[in-house]
Amino acid sequence: MLTFLNHLINGISLGSVYAIIALGYTMVYGIAKMLNFAHGDVIMVGAYVCFFAVSSFGLPPVVGVLLAMLVCTVLGMTIERLAYKPLRQAPSLAVLITAIGVSYFLQNGAQLLWGSNQKMFPAFLSGEGLSLFKGQINVSSATIVTIIACIIIMLVLTFFTNKTKMGKAMRACSEDKGAAQLMGINVNTTISMTFAIGSALAAIAGVLLCSAYPILMPTTGSMPGIKAFTAAVFGGIGSIPGAMLGGILLGIIEIFAKAYISTQVSDAVVFAVLIIVLLVKPSGLLGKQIHEKV
Amino acid sequence: MKKILKNQATRTNFITYGGVILAFILLQGLSAAGALSSSLKGQLVPICAYVVMALSLNLTVGVLGELSLGHAGFMSIGAFSGAVAAAAMTDSIASSPIRLAVAMIIGAAIAGVSGALIGIPVLRLKGDYLAIVTLAFGEIIKSIINNLYIGIDVNGLHASFLNNTITFGDGGRMILSGPMGIPGIQKISSFTGGFLLIMITLIIIFNLVDSRAGRAIMALRDNRIAAESVGIPVTKYKMMAFVTSAALAGAAGALFSLGQNTIIASKFDFNTSILILVFVVLGGQGRMWGSIVAAAALTILPEMLREFADYRMLIYAIVLIVVMLFTNSAGAKQFTAKIKGMFVRDIEGGEQNG
Repeated sequence: MLTFLNHLINGISLGSVYAIIALGYTMVYGIAKMLNFAHGDVIMVGAYVCFFAVSSFGLPPVVGVLLAMLVCTVLGMTIERLAYKPLRQAPSLAVLITAIGVSYFLQNGAQLLWGSNQKMFPAFLSGEGLSLFKGQINVSSATIVTIIACIIIMLVLTFFTNKTKMGKAMRACSEDKGAAQLMGINVNTTISMTFAIGSALAAIAGVLLCSAYPILMPTTGSMPGIKAFTAAVFGGIGSIPGAMLGGILLGIIEIFAKAYISTQVSDAVVFAVLIIVLLVKPSGLLGKQIHEKV
Repeated sequence: MKKILKNQATRTNFITYGGVILAFILLQGLSAAGALSSSLKGQLVPICAYVVMALSLNLTVGVLGELSLGHAGFMSIGAFSGAVAAAAMTDSIASSPIRLAVAMIIGAAIAGVSGALIGIPVLRLKGDYLAIVTLAFGEIIKSIINNLYIGIDVNGLHASFLNNTITFGDGGRMILSGPMGIPGIQKISSFTGGFLLIMITLIIIFNLVDSRAGRAIMALRDNRIAAESVGIPVTKYKMMAFVTSAALAGAAGALFSLGQNTIIASKFDFNTSILILVFVVLGGQGRMWGSIVAAAALTILPEMLREFADYRMLIYAIVLIVVMLFTNSAGAKQFTAKIKGMFVRDIEGGEQNG
């Protein structure tokens, strides 16, 4: 029972990271209807920025995280402006390939700038952990911070999309761009803003991910990126609560598959669950079923 | 004959066949004359395999109009089943071209069956959901093969999953050992074999596209609802295209693996699927000769860029982005239309005068 609880907590922690990454995917998909495969690599850039800020320049971790968010926000908006904006009217496959090109660009750029060897991410979240049941379950402080960060992000983002003007504009754009424009919403600014938020979240996710799994490489972001993308689809792509739910469930499933089935096939189990869910609910857990009209 | 060639599609098909045959003769000649560098010679079989992969994916993406992000999975199935089959038949079939052919047929058959099994759930979904499920299947196939152990002894093939629990009888040896893959493959793939596979692939695809079934498949691509409403069975034709595509990828996988020393499952991952998708998109969806040229050019390009060493993948990425922006963005389209307009007017004017 206690090991079960322990796995559950680890699963929620990993799932929180997936959820934060999945939010970036789902927001961009909701508004620009594109699969932004470069998102995983923005995570990697965020982690590197934080790594250098903390270990090379000796800045306090909080400053490192803020700096990473700033760099990723600028990076995300630049990518959107240069690579995706000219392709607004292009077929979705062309945008997908461009996103993959951007992903290769970031990975190889990082390799040239920072080398391909692994870096050990500093464990700056290693404060006093939480000890439950007379020390039978130890929750590390990284886990606690990750879960709390995820809850805060979820609350802020829900408030932002439902109550603020920009959030409403985002929802309007994702529903119908043409109509939103007619209502006086600046669609380009809104899309740019979405990329900015998604990329800032990616920076946070990158730092949290590397705090839990402290090996940093230019390809660090790709597998979590794919998993988070899966999580976004799992919960219903385009839906913010769906991304949260999908991310956390995916993390729990992955940790349980590792613990109770086999480490080697845990990825296969995760993807198999995704397939089964999509067969039962073809648009994800919380996705909206859109009926096509002729 | 003249009447047939008047049909534009038929003409393009014949030009494609001719181009492939010409390229084959040319490369064979250069190779015999010793004009090809050894690294390029070594690339000939992989190029053929990637060309077939691109052609088969073009059937799914260009003709059927469904995005598949797990095509390397079928290549992997074909590669491993083909290599296992070839290793098991080393004694029974002495002639290596026949062994290659049998291995490719086995690879194609097993990949085709898996394509059918995967197609049943996958093809019920639409658009991006379909894409993510093909991605998921690609990863699952990779995981399964990574944990599969196959050995052979006098009693035949033995297999185990997750842990190597095979106990051998007389003359037993391992063929596939999980994450280590298949080492020491006998290289029986030849450029001629690859060329023949490309030709067979082209014949299959062109005849499928130009048949009643092919027109039904393209109708589904253009407007599924309209096609359904005139009585085209959606699942049947989607399955037909998907399974054909998977089987051809399997044959390509067998060709590829039997030209390598060692293959491991993680070679056929998401990145390989994407690589093949890039061939298809750059070559043009539904345009078979485009896929051939793109696959060949982009397989050689990284080799040519070897002198740039560290920068080559960065250059590749930039080329990819720039090409996509240039061919698809609104500004670039206007620009090319303007230039085209200038030329077309000239030609038309010339015809009128003449």
